[in-house]
Amino acid sequence: MSTDAVLYDHPGPRARARNRILTVVFGVVLLGLLYWIYRRFDEKGQWAGSLWKPFTQSSTWTDYILPGLQGTLQAAAIAMVLSLAFGILFAVGRLSDHWWLRIPAGIVVEFFRAVPLLLMMFFIFFGIPFVTEKPMSPLWAVVIALTLYNGSVLAEAFRAGVRSVPRGQSEAAYAIGMRKGQVMGQILIPQAARAMLPVIVSQLVVLVKDTALGYIISYSELLQLGVNNVAANFGNVIQAAMVAAVIYIAVNSTLTAVAGWLSKRTRRSGKAPRAPRPAGALVGTAEP
Amino acid sequence: MDVFSDSYNLDVYVTGFLWILKLTAAGTVGALVIGTLLAAMRVSPVPVLRAFGTAWVNIFRNTPLTLIIFFCYFGLYSTLGVTLSDDLELNNYWLGVVGLSVYTAAFVCEAIRSGINTVPAGQAEAARAIGMTFRQTLTMIVLPQAGRAVVAPLGSILIALCKNATIVGTIGLMESSNAMKDLINSNGDKVFTIFFIFAGTFAIVLIPTGYGFGWLANRLAVKR
Repeated sequence: MSTDAVLYDHPGPRARARNRILTVVFGVVLLGLLYWIYRRFDEKGQWAGSLWKPFTQSSTWTDYILPGLQGTLQAAAIAMVLSLAFGILFAVGRLSDHWWLRIPAGIVVEFFRAVPLLLMMFFIFFGIPFVTEKPMSPLWAVVIALTLYNGSVLAEAFRAGVRSVPRGQSEAAYAIGMRKGQVMGQILIPQAARAMLPVIVSQLVVLVKDTALGYIISYSELLQLGVNNVAANFGNVIQAAMVAAVIYIAVNSTLTAVAGWLSKRTRRSGKAPRAPRPAGALVGTAEP
Repeated sequence: MDVFSDSYNLDVYVTGFLWILKLTAAGTVGALVIGTLLAAMRVSPVPVLRAFGTAWVNIFRNTPLTLIIFFCYFGLYSTLGVTLSDDLELNNYWLGVVGLSVYTAAFVCEAIRSGINTVPAGQAEAARAIGMTFRQTLTMIVLPQAGRAVVAPLGSILIALCKNATIVGTIGLMESSNAMKDLINSNGDKVFTIFFIFAGTFAIVLIPTGYGFGWLANRLAVKR
């Protein structure tokens, strides 16, 4: 059901009047709120040009924001590739016919899905060096933790996707003599990936955002360089946070837009299996 | 295990998880209330309300929670002087709750909206045909059915909220991940024990909760 214009009738004169009143009332409340924020900023001198000026200088961008963005994108890119591989591997493991593969894969996936990412990151960054007696690089602490968590969530997404592929597909593949591995790799996984594309992409957006946790273990990413260090130099934490938020939103919106375009392309072939939706329940969501 | 037989260490562990519990409880209430309101706004006939809901979702869903909580402390509190409690620790706690709520509300809103999409158009059309208003259609026909469809996604959002509560440690609250860091730094020889106790606590609570939500979702699902 498309949500617009089904829940309510085409507005008549009275409804239009009421909608106009609501618009005005909410508009006034919203403007009031914005004015309150403006006043609050004004009181604390947050509109001072000197706080915004650093963002018009190229050195702020080349010294802080762009290297930070590069750190974020680098960690995100490595973790994306690794967690997609991890996800496929463990989804296949959980779907295996052998109990000695199925059960350990299940335990690994369930465990890493339940452990908070930050706890994992702290363990890798502060705990592992006690064992190996070598310092851990912040980049790899971020990447490994992101891979374990997001890979496990993706494994569940792939598994739900494989289950949504109609049985006839694998039966037909077996009938023409394909082996188990071939059926999985050439028939089921590609269709599952297509069906679960929206979930996979929103999980990748979650991954990009979670690189910001690297700030806590002093990995040089956007929040560390672009907000923390800029604010330390210019005393403009609010302005720096706003600029960083806009950059994050732009990166993630681009990712979502690419995914929308991709899913439109695959839908055009008309053969993508639908995402599983047993008995009106929603299955498979990204985990923020 | 002998790390935790020390009463100081045990106290660190218990306090850490109590903070997580409190953050999750208050964050859940905040996120559900704001999220439901946002979902209602996003399907309403008033364009300004719809635009507000859309803007909220796009902004907060695409911004890292770490940045939001960072902003709550260094922006709202340190710079703008928004104080939520006189006690420093409680102030950090409430700032964390605000951050968690506004962030998670965006996800709750989207879950409820996609739940509304699972309700067949015929239901709303029938409600309108017998003369129900927008509010009646939404609260008596659509939302009760949508609510049953969103149990599973809401469950995973709330579980994620519980895990995300550790991020409030960024602004100095001694929650479980900071507690673990402290214990690791003072007991370097028992790193694995400490990690498995902390991670295990989350796993033992959250894995059954996840299955519980799955079971509930199946039970409550509208059979179509």
